[in-house]
Amino acid sequence: MGMTMTQKILAAHAGLSSVAPGQLIEAKLDLVHGNDVTAPVAIGVLEEYGIKQVYDRDKIVIVLDHYTPCKDIKAAQLCKVARDFARAQGLTHFYDVGEMGVEHALIPEKGLVVPGDLTIGADSHTCTYGALGAFSTGVGSTDMAAGMASGLNWFKVPSAIKVTLTGKFKPFVSGKDVMLHLIGEIGVDGALYKSLEFTGPAMGELTMDDRFTIANMAIEAGAKNGIFPVDDKTLDYLKGRTDRQPVIYEADPDAEYEREVVINLDELDSTVAMPFLPGNAKRVQEVKGIKLDQVVIGSCTNGRISDMRAAAAILKGRKVAPGVRCIVLPATQEIISQMIQEGIYMDLLEAGCAISTPTCGPCLGGHMGCMCEGEVAVSTTNRNFVGRMGHVDSKVILASPTVAAASAVMGVLADPAEL
Amino acid sequence: MSKIYVYGDNVDTDVIIPARYLNDPSEAALASHCMEDIDPKYASTVEQGDIIVGGANFGCGSSREHAPLAIKASGAKCVIAASFARIFYRNAINIGLPIMECPEAAANIQPGDKLTVDLASGTICDETTGKTFQAAPFPPFIENIIQSGGLIQSLIDRGLAK
Repeated sequence: MGMTMTQKILAAHAGLSSVAPGQLIEAKLDLVHGNDVTAPVAIGVLEEYGIKQVYDRDKIVIVLDHYTPCKDIKAAQLCKVARDFARAQGLTHFYDVGEMGVEHALIPEKGLVVPGDLTIGADSHTCTYGALGAFSTGVGSTDMAAGMASGLNWFKVPSAIKVTLTGKFKPFVSGKDVMLHLIGEIGVDGALYKSLEFTGPAMGELTMDDRFTIANMAIEAGAKNGIFPVDDKTLDYLKGRTDRQPVIYEADPDAEYEREVVINLDELDSTVAMPFLPGNAKRVQEVKGIKLDQVVIGSCTNGRISDMRAAAAILKGRKVAPGVRCIVLPATQEIISQMIQEGIYMDLLEAGCAISTPTCGPCLGGHMGCMCEGEVAVSTTNRNFVGRMGHVDSKVILASPTVAAASAVMGVLADPAEL
Repeated sequence: MSKIYVYGDNVDTDVIIPARYLNDPSEAALASHCMEDIDPKYASTVEQGDIIVGGANFGCGSSREHAPLAIKASGAKCVIAASFARIFYRNAINIGLPIMECPEAAANIQPGDKLTVDLASGTICDETTGKTFQAAPFPPFIENIIQSGGLIQSLIDRGLAK
């Protein structure tokens, strides 16, 4: 029986010629990472078991991104635990305020993942790097500790859902709309324990940033990972970021999939997810007009340069509506630098946006934009669970950067095509 | 017999332990806010040995290990659900929170029922209705991790972590 891309990567890292869905394997890890919330717990686990040394100081990444710059004393203490550990272990890749970014934007940007890699991270959105044709999946802190100690972890080989993309994007429609539509189709547990393997003639339509956005939200369908084939765009992205050689895997022609979902981009409209699940997908046309208090543009899902450009294309020369707070969070320092060079930063400032240093901040109701009872946000982030951005009676509507920017201008949930 | 707390499908880790409390990962702090955004009364009423019953996709969302840690620290004996989100499933095994995957039990158990569970055999008895259910057994690979006292200990035992 043929194997999927994911199965081939897992087999190679387990030293096996083939694997089958459901098989439990132990595999070598190319990278293990964590953040200021999850790494301190993992460090505590290592201490508890008396483990003194990480397996490879070049293959462990810690990014302080969730509550940084520290929102309170307790958060500062967690950062200190991570900082002291990184220093004591001599970690090559430790990113503190001033050079850090939101981990899932920063790690690819720094060239730390290449096609064919197997990586785990103590953050559920670690599945982002599937955009590069790597296997990457989110785990908890004890799994991170096991990975840091041994360079190994166990995996259940997933079956797969094939997602075939055809057609061409309409104006203002992007990767975020693809993913919100897909999660709406298959549900928030539609890919539980499975891979989402993306393919199809529309691959060329997707920028790398579209692919990062789509792979990022695989977890929102319950998936173990999301993965894209490697093409010229992938290889171009790697240039200047790494000297490591990519290993390119392709799904076998006779690979087995549990089901296939076809999305025709010709028919895809701007899509949002209504509270309180990422699977509550609606065409923006069906729900437009909802009054807003806040708009958030950023995060590991949509904080990349393409997202900033898309938002600025709408907001340039316009103003954020009175009564709406528009918070923009570029995901890395490099993205901020690009925004300044391209003039986008000034466009957004003049429109009345508050532009932050990189942080996960409001996405998880951490800081930099928590909402009170009754408030509503349109956000380019990834989750709209109860209480996600603050009070249990606040609401988050998930959307693309263009929908978010158009909504900021209109003061209500809006279709960018109608601006 | 155990008192139970019954919740529906897609109980996410944000409601199990809201992110605003992740700045203090101590057991006492996590336990005091456990389930706060889905059931504000849970933390003040839960007693040692109580059981949480969820529907499908229990523990979806964030990878925060703080979620199973909070449930364990709150005194709950185990979580029964129709299915578990995969990161929560791993985390629960890794930190030693017993979980039982049993769609029939999740569909039949009603709020207010009293349960008896045998974690070793995976049997769940609803003492109120008299019905019994059998949870899916762990694969031997995972059972070995549990038997060796968790993932890290299993690596140490094999000389793979030092």
